[in-house]
Amino acid sequence: MLCKLISKKNTVGNIYDFTIEAPEIAKTAKAGQFLHILCGGSSYLRRPISICDVVGKSVRFVFEIRGKGTEELAKRETGEYIDLLGPLGNGFDTSVAENSDGAIILLGGGIGIYPLYKLAKELGGKATAILGFRNAAAVTHTYEFQQSCRDLFVATDDGSAGYHGFATDVLKNIAASNNIAALYVCGPTPMMKIAAEIAAEKEIPAQVSMEQRMGCGIGACVTCTCNVGGSNVRVCKDGPVFWAKDVNWNE
Amino acid sequence: MSNPNMSVNIAGVTWKNPVTTASGTFGFGREYAEYFDLGELGAVCLKSLSSEKRLGNKSPRIAETNCGILNSVGLQNPGAEYFLENELANLRKYDTKLIANICGKEIEDYVEVTEILGDSVDMLELNISCPNVKSGGLAFGTDPKTVEEITRRVKAAAKVPLIVKLSPNVTDIAEIARAAEAGGADCLSLINTLLGMKIDIKTRRPVLKNNTGGFSGPAVMPVAVRMVYQVRCAVSLPIIGMGGISSGEDAIEFILAGANAVAVGTAGFIDPLAWIKVRDGIYDYLVENNIDDVNDLVGMINLN
Repeated sequence: MLCKLISKKNTVGNIYDFTIEAPEIAKTAKAGQFLHILCGGSSYLRRPISICDVVGKSVRFVFEIRGKGTEELAKRETGEYIDLLGPLGNGFDTSVAENSDGAIILLGGGIGIYPLYKLAKELGGKATAILGFRNAAAVTHTYEFQQSCRDLFVATDDGSAGYHGFATDVLKNIAASNNIAALYVCGPTPMMKIAAEIAAEKEIPAQVSMEQRMGCGIGACVTCTCNVGGSNVRVCKDGPVFWAKDVNWNE
Repeated sequence: MSNPNMSVNIAGVTWKNPVTTASGTFGFGREYAEYFDLGELGAVCLKSLSSEKRLGNKSPRIAETNCGILNSVGLQNPGAEYFLENELANLRKYDTKLIANICGKEIEDYVEVTEILGDSVDMLELNISCPNVKSGGLAFGTDPKTVEEITRRVKAAAKVPLIVKLSPNVTDIAEIARAAEAGGADCLSLINTLLGMKIDIKTRRPVLKNNTGGFSGPAVMPVAVRMVYQVRCAVSLPIIGMGGISSGEDAIEFILAGANAVAVGTAGFIDPLAWIKVRDGIYDYLVENNIDDVNDLVGMINLN
């Protein structure tokens, strides 16, 4: 479908924050689901981008320029129409968080933080967010997380802002002295793997949002697979959210 | 008011229109059925089936190139018996013809899948041209003697018309086409993907985990049209043409080159309604050009 771009912001570095008018998507979208976007230019395939927020009839997504697709997408201007499919995939399962007393942790790294923002809102402000960035210059959207979470921890790889180290180190510290009811993770695979190990050790129900190079986005081409429960499952259709314990992290 | 005929007869099987799906791009139909009625298509060609379940290759399995993609799925599928028990009934709800694409490691495997499927589908397509599997696949499709033998063996076991899908990764496609015809093929389909490679210059590694993969999309179309033309000159069998088709105009090129029907695949990854648009585009061309029957256009290329 074609959706009108109604707001465009370049937040920091190569990060772009787009809001589109998409009443149908807004009606059903869940945190963790994604849009499959035709970027134009010389890019051929669509690009999967997670939904960051829904306000009324508008849907927001945030992306980083990483290649020619996202580079092209970043050139779109307010008022233009964007061709996209969605909402696609399965969102996070919030039932474990809702039915328990412990802390609810959102662990995000880099551009993986954005689907967690919508999740923070769906969890009614009860979650604690741990957001990891490369450095202070890459830190963004923290005010919104702070507004929609109980607590916010920021970590940077070089210590130029917040905790000096990885977001997973902060998770480890919290897990050492707190009961964690649920953990939701989205970020680089090495980060998710460490989070999955911490979750396994502490027996925390944990979900991860996997990323893979994608084709059709709806489950037909079977190219965006990852190994879950011994099978090659489709990130687009069977995921992108999976239980961390089921993912084969050594693939 | 013209109302051109779109129906085609492919090896004795009547399709309501000349558009089908390219195997491996359409799963078993469930996903695209959320976007359109599969009964809108002349036939649905399904994801390749082997006698046993196959896990496929490791990811990344897809890479974008200029105007196309590389894939290295590796024929992941749940096996022919699973298909019969869990997918066939759903597909039979749609008023369309079903083509099962079959693969294997050895000729015996192909025969076994053929026997398992029996007459449950309307046609079989022999996949001897997949570039993504270590044994079988492409190895069968590049040697004329092997093509003739595997075609003969599978044809002997087949209870429905047999399509042989040809690989473009050969020196002389006409020779392979004649070999398939000699082996008893009822129809030919071409092209499968071209063997390709994409390298990430930052990491200096191939993007695909499998290093190489099958190249498809608009970029391959001129190669495919040329090969359909060469095969049309070499054999009298019906031909299903494919390779980069994204529009009715693209499909018309294939039909003029000698294809009796066309398959659309990769284009559906960009536009889930690509199949319908190709079908409607063919129809529009017939109307615009006062052609009463799509069959009248087959091979009607005017050579220079």
